[in-house]
Amino acid sequence: METAFLLEKLILVVVVFTVTLVIAMYSTLAERKIAGFMQDRYGPDRAGLFGILQPLCDGGKFFFKEEIIPAGAHKQLFVLGPTLAIITACISSAVIPWGQTLTIGDRVISLQVADVNIGVLYIFGVIALGVYGIMLGGWASNNKFSLMGAIRAASQSISYEIGLGLSLIALLMVTGTLSVGEIVAQQTGFLGWNIWVQPLGFLIFITCAFAECNRVPFDLPECETELVGGYHTEYSSMKLGLYMFSEYINMFVSSALMAALYFGGYNFPFMYDLGLSQNWITILGVIAFFIKIFAFIFFFMWVRWTLPRFRYDQLMNLGWKMLIPLAIANIVLTGVITIIKDTYF
Amino acid sequence: MTLFYFVAFLSIFFALMTIFTKNPVHSVLYLVITFFTFTVHYILLNAQFLAVVNFIVYMGAIMVLFLFVLMLLNLNKETEPMRSHVVKFMGAIAGMCLLITFLGAFRVLETDTGLVVADPEIGLVKNLGKVLFKDFLLPFEISSILLLTAMVGAVLLAKKETRVKQNG
Amino acid sequence: MQSLSNRKKVLEQKPMNFWERMYLPAIAKGLSITIKHFFKKNPTVKYPEQERPYSKNFRGQHSLKRDELGRERCTACGLCALSCPAEAITMTAAEREKGEEHLYREEKYAVVYEINMLRCIFCGLCEEACPKEAIYLDGKHVTADYLRKDFIYGKDKLLEPKFDLTQLASQNN
Repeated sequence: METAFLLEKLILVVVVFTVTLVIAMYSTLAERKIAGFMQDRYGPDRAGLFGILQPLCDGGKFFFKEEIIPAGAHKQLFVLGPTLAIITACISSAVIPWGQTLTIGDRVISLQVADVNIGVLYIFGVIALGVYGIMLGGWASNNKFSLMGAIRAASQSISYEIGLGLSLIALLMVTGTLSVGEIVAQQTGFLGWNIWVQPLGFLIFITCAFAECNRVPFDLPECETELVGGYHTEYSSMKLGLYMFSEYINMFVSSALMAALYFGGYNFPFMYDLGLSQNWITILGVIAFFIKIFAFIFFFMWVRWTLPRFRYDQLMNLGWKMLIPLAIANIVLTGVITIIKDTYF
Repeated sequence: MTLFYFVAFLSIFFALMTIFTKNPVHSVLYLVITFFTFTVHYILLNAQFLAVVNFIVYMGAIMVLFLFVLMLLNLNKETEPMRSHVVKFMGAIAGMCLLITFLGAFRVLETDTGLVVADPEIGLVKNLGKVLFKDFLLPFEISSILLLTAMVGAVLLAKKETRVKQNG
Repeated sequence: MQSLSNRKKVLEQKPMNFWERMYLPAIAKGLSITIKHFFKKNPTVKYPEQERPYSKNFRGQHSLKRDELGRERCTACGLCALSCPAEAITMTAAEREKGEEHLYREEKYAVVYEINMLRCIFCGLCEEACPKEAIYLDGKHVTADYLRKDFIYGKDKLLEPKFDLTQLASQNN
């Protein structure tokens, strides 16, 4: 029984990792395609049908590029930087519930790697850890542009983590649990989604998520026009690839998180009214979840090819003077509404 | 129990490494690993909330700031301040005092009887929250006021220069 | 100061109001613009598979023309070289020998006729200057090359290939 359980979790982990990596890979293609279409052109379409092989070609190119470690760089930390970045990006998907339960034979398999009851906090911890990869890489490069990028990344990440946390506290007040699995399970139907209860919180959350992923309009750590590429200026070959990959994985995971926390995760409208068996509901739920995730990834890219980059002081002003007070106001508002609801209804 | 000894050994090892490495950035990184082992300790004690808060606050925020400052200062051999013998002497005395304090504390301390605490589930978020907001509400609020005061003080310190400029 | 054109406008920058400071309406507007472009038809021409038709008055590589009997029309008068604003054309004239009447139409012809394609600006003035209708810029693009000397096109590259009128007639029948 115990080995079967371990095996089942192992398979799930492998599947989740593979899916994460494949999606991250194809996000690079999707990004270029979407950029193309938004700028009235096609994007890469030569490698395979519609450019479907483009990510493979890019990956192959990364592997065969010359690996350069600058003479003044700190060798161990220079290698540790991208490693940490990709590890932290990958492990954050552990607490996301991908679906309900599958019943195979007499075994009930949960499609969540680990349903810890502090899931939300775990994600926070991992996000907080993610900045080490960038900081170490930037510092170890021994290059002022890299260092500037790293410092910007660190200060940006710390500032927006507060907004992220505060916006989530309001959500936790509504749901009353820290477990991501339970939060998703609560949001049945279409009107049960948390977005209807926490629209302001979601707005703050998505803004902070953009900042945490270092995506436009908050991509100051790597802005090409000022910092020649930022923290990965000195990186080449697959180490650069790992940094880019971790960025896309982060985007995927935060999309999944937003879909799970605010948009009902695997829940879809009328899921119990169609008279389907549990397995079918689960499978359809997984599909619904991924549709939501892809919608968010698309939104990430859509914003990237629309908005210009913030200036650094604007970034800090937005974070500290707009989002954090708004998030606190949101908490107070949620508290007041909860009390009114409890006492009068 | 073996797991505990292994993690405890790692904690002490990395704590020592923190002190003995020459490079300040390495030192901070070893400290980060030390904090990570503390997190593991908390999990072993079934104190999930403390574990994750330790993880977020110490590893994720405070140590990042440490690293941040060290990177900005860019300490190395040339910028190392001169260590006079007086400082070394003072350091030795301070260390001895700490040792004596510890020894005194250990003499008074009762050894662990190996019994589990009354409520092993106390470390979970729900229980901890209930205890904090029911039994220990006053100390909790007082400490939060203390933190708020510290925050206001920090903001004031950071604001000082511009205020002088406006007045003069 | 009084502006000379009377079209000067003083740009007034009002402080942003609350909605503008929220950025959200502006962001929504920007997003709607990009999504509109997302669904627009692409003007891209997928080049190797798809070629855009050349304009009727496109001026490409020069060609030296032949007459209906397959003789070179050029008489090496030098008007093209004279008219060339970029001074890209040089030529050496020679007199037609006995027995060469099937090769050259006029009594004088160009032994060497060179156009430096790096100098040429494809203005078409040579075409206009030619009294014998011997030069036209009716080719395709001048292709890229590695060495500068390879851009000096001689008669081997410029001269129109000979074609047989009688064969054309038989093809038509």
